[in-house]
Amino acid sequence: MLNIGLSVLGLSRFQFAMTTVFHFFFVPFSIGLAFIVAIMETLYVVKKDETYKNMAKFWGKIFLFSFAVGVVTGIIQEFQFGMNWSEYSRFMGDIFGAPLAIEALAAFFMESTFIGLWMFTWDRFNKVVHCLFIWLTAFGSTLSALWILAANSFMQNPVGYVINSQTHRVNMTSFSAVLTNRQLWNEFPHVIFGAFLTASFVVAGASAWRLLKKDHEHFYRKSLKVGLIIGLCACLGSIWSGDTQTRYLINNQPMKFSAMEGLYKNSTKKGDWALGAGIDTNNHKTTWSIDIPYVLNILSYHKLSGTVKGQNQVNKELKAKYDGTKQGQKIKNYYVPTKTLFWSFRLMAFSAGLFALIAIVGLWLNREKSNAIMRQRWFLYIMGLCLWLPFIVNTAGWFITEFGRYPWVVYGLLTIADAVSPTSTVLGLLFTNIVYFLIFASLGAVMIILSHRVLKSGPDSVMTDGYSSKPEKSSDKDPYEMGAAHND
Amino acid sequence: MTNLQLLWFLLIGVLFSGFFFLEGFDFGIGMSIRFFAKDRDERDVVIQTIGPHWDGNEVWLITAGGAMFASFPMWYASLFSGYYIVLFLILVALIFRGVSFEFRANMQTDTWRNFWEWAASISSFCAAFLFGMMFTSMIQGVPLDGQGNIFGSFTTYVNWFSLVGGVAVSLLCFIHGLNFLRLKTSGGLRERAQKWSKILYPVLLAGEVVFVILLFLTTDFFAKKPVTTWSILIALVIFTLIAWWGAIASHDWASFLASGLSLISVVVLIFNGLFPRVMIGKDNVNSILIKNASSSPYTLHLMTIITFSILPIVLIYFIWSYWVFYKRLSSPKQTA
Ligand code: HDD
Ligand code: HEM
Ligand code: HEM
Repeated sequence: MLNIGLSVLGLSRFQFAMTTVFHFFFVPFSIGLAFIVAIMETLYVVKKDETYKNMAKFWGKIFLFSFAVGVVTGIIQEFQFGMNWSEYSRFMGDIFGAPLAIEALAAFFMESTFIGLWMFTWDRFNKVVHCLFIWLTAFGSTLSALWILAANSFMQNPVGYVINSQTHRVNMTSFSAVLTNRQLWNEFPHVIFGAFLTASFVVAGASAWRLLKKDHEHFYRKSLKVGLIIGLCACLGSIWSGDTQTRYLINNQPMKFSAMEGLYKNSTKKGDWALGAGIDTNNHKTTWSIDIPYVLNILSYHKLSGTVKGQNQVNKELKAKYDGTKQGQKIKNYYVPTKTLFWSFRLMAFSAGLFALIAIVGLWLNREKSNAIMRQRWFLYIMGLCLWLPFIVNTAGWFITEFGRYPWVVYGLLTIADAVSPTSTVLGLLFTNIVYFLIFASLGAVMIILSHRVLKSGPDSVMTDGYSSKPEKSSDKDPYEMGAAHND
Repeated sequence: MTNLQLLWFLLIGVLFSGFFFLEGFDFGIGMSIRFFAKDRDERDVVIQTIGPHWDGNEVWLITAGGAMFASFPMWYASLFSGYYIVLFLILVALIFRGVSFEFRANMQTDTWRNFWEWAASISSFCAAFLFGMMFTSMIQGVPLDGQGNIFGSFTTYVNWFSLVGGVAVSLLCFIHGLNFLRLKTSGGLRERAQKWSKILYPVLLAGEVVFVILLFLTTDFFAKKPVTTWSILIALVIFTLIAWWGAIASHDWASFLASGLSLISVVVLIFNGLFPRVMIGKDNVNSILIKNASSSPYTLHLMTIITFSILPIVLIYFIWSYWVFYKRLSSPKQTA
């Protein structure tokens, strides 16, 4: 699927994919969890119920782990454009650099400063001000997503630029066009809803595991409730924004769309939508499929009628468009990794349904006066297992977006093969790929172990370490450090 | 060269100065965790001094990188791809450093706590060393081709001068960290930090002399810009002397500011020497010039407006957060 040999290009691509996917495990989790913690703390401020304060502190601990890993992997992201994709950086610098720099200036400073304040000043500021810190952190991380997605959206759908006739590089002509890119305003809500969904189902799933152990029922049932309510809203939001994206793609990147649907031939009037299909990428055809009529047309046009172009036709059209142009010189055809796109999309859409279902059933079972949720252990199990699903689904979504623009790195302007650093060597890349892989594997493991431990030690750890009992000392001590000391 | 290009060259210099001033003591504190603090309690205090700040300090680097990408894409592309392995090692060091503080606090056994402490100390040292090495090797001139690609060999990156540069920068950071400790702690820790500074300053001065000699032998700085180069070097030595005096006379603030300023002098030295180039080609062949390396006037203009409207706000809350935590932490022995 990745078509990776031991070549500079293949290894660079693998490394980029690996590092961004890993970064993006933590990013949506952090963004979503920051908001959830902020909401919990706000509930505490408003309702004055200590349980919410403990909830904020407790889930805040896990948020901090995720944040730390998100930060250190983010730095790799920024550096590797220059390190691995220097031709891309030269070509795109005029446009790409600006959002990246603004992201650092406007978002990262805000995030990092206020998270520091939030962590260490539980008892130093009054409740409202302290709560404001976590809101600012959450707001900062959303801003950072906005700016980086502005850059990404340009790659998917270039706007507001000209190609400089001397340097053959992109020059920005309109920053407002870059910022009002339709692609961006489709992508950004979808990513943010995905982030809320990720964090809320992790909160819900982890709570479900603890409830299976009959641990701190009151606390975890409340967490479950907050998680599922936010999760349900986020899920509906994902579906709505995903639908917007889909319909935008049909016109804007038809190849991506028909690959997502596994279509090689143009679709018939009936609008068959495949639940599953066998895809023969070598001969450009589907071998079998289980179809539901009309769904394709409903998805594409919100109507029962109409047809969708298949990849074979789109390929012809794209060849007609780019053959003979400078950027299209080396491209033989425009087929994208169809299987990956097809199954990624199935996974994403089905999961959306599953999440919605879980949230509704869960909220019903978890209603205040009933004890039903504690009796339906199978349901808690499912919810617990679904903790992992959002991470996979996020990755699947990005697979569609990123593989679906093959062979371009900047759509219609620059190919992936032309973007790579000429100075890279196979040996160097092999080395860095392996080291990154080992580091990521260990970071992921430590992260899971620590979160697990926090969950096991339960909310008591935040309560008994009582920041309020000894305000003077605890105010300049890392509260989490005291939690650790307590465990010895 | 347009005014905007010049302005952005200076701004990149300012961002790197901010980075070295702030992350300088961060690196130093990181090193002190295992190389200076004596026991677990002391290490707790040492880490606490930068707990709320280290991430914000690192954002200076991220901003410098992003700003370089935005304003001088050719510089960013050639430097970052040319220094692939060096930067990769820096990234690895920054990864370990970044997670170590959070992870350490949550370890249950001494073995693992020791592990993350060593990780913090060694990676802080490595990061400082590698940054020093990178910049000192860069100013000697690197083998550039006409497209701005660097095809260097091992000795392009690792040679006597770059090793000395690496050691000098890490030593500077270490002392800067000790000076920060003198500001932020009281009691035994502070006294010992002062004692160490007193001893380390002569070593640093000797190192600076070696550095100047090698700078003279391997770069064209003295030939091209004798006056400014000498002035900056003299400033560097004066700052070092002031900081040393501060250690002797117990002027914590003087020492801290002076050691920070000596780090900044090094950055200024480099940027002054580079000008009007951004990358120096070996024997000055194919050097990349400010005037060819920048992005379009439109982007530069845009970035200028944005930077000057956002940066002041950032500086306000950034400084405010330091003020919130401005308080000496007592040494563990006294409170216990
Ligand atoms: C848990 C998260 C999640 C969920 C439940 C969904 N998505 Fe999604 N999807 C993402 C998380 C995501 C993502 C990871 O955030 C992506 C990658 C790029 C982007 O904009 O969002 C994405 C991309 C993405 C794309 C590609 C956009 C492009 O290339 O421009 C499409 C067409 C959809 N989604 C459509 C849907 C539909 C129709 C869904 C539900 C029925 C859906 N997504 C649920
Ligand atoms: C928002 C900012 C992003 C930018 C600017 C960006 C840019 C890029 C670039 C330059 C490449 C390398 C060229 C290529 O191989 O096509 C790439 C590939 C890739 N990216 Fe992204 N990306 C972004 C976000 C993400 C995220 C969040 C993910 C996943 C979680 C992701 C998944 C991938 C994958 C899987 C590839 C490999 C595709 C391939 O090799 O063809 N990207 N992206
Ligand atoms: C491939 C392009 C990307 C680059 C260059 C990049 C850059 C960075 C950098 C440098 C950091 C560290 C910031 C710090 O120290 O505070 C970071 C963290 C972060 N990035 Fe990325 N990033 C990329 C992809 C993404 C995407 C696609 C998103 C969101 C949709 C995102 C959102 C974030 C967030 C929210 C953080 C804060 C850390 C956290 O909460 O985990 N990044 N990123």
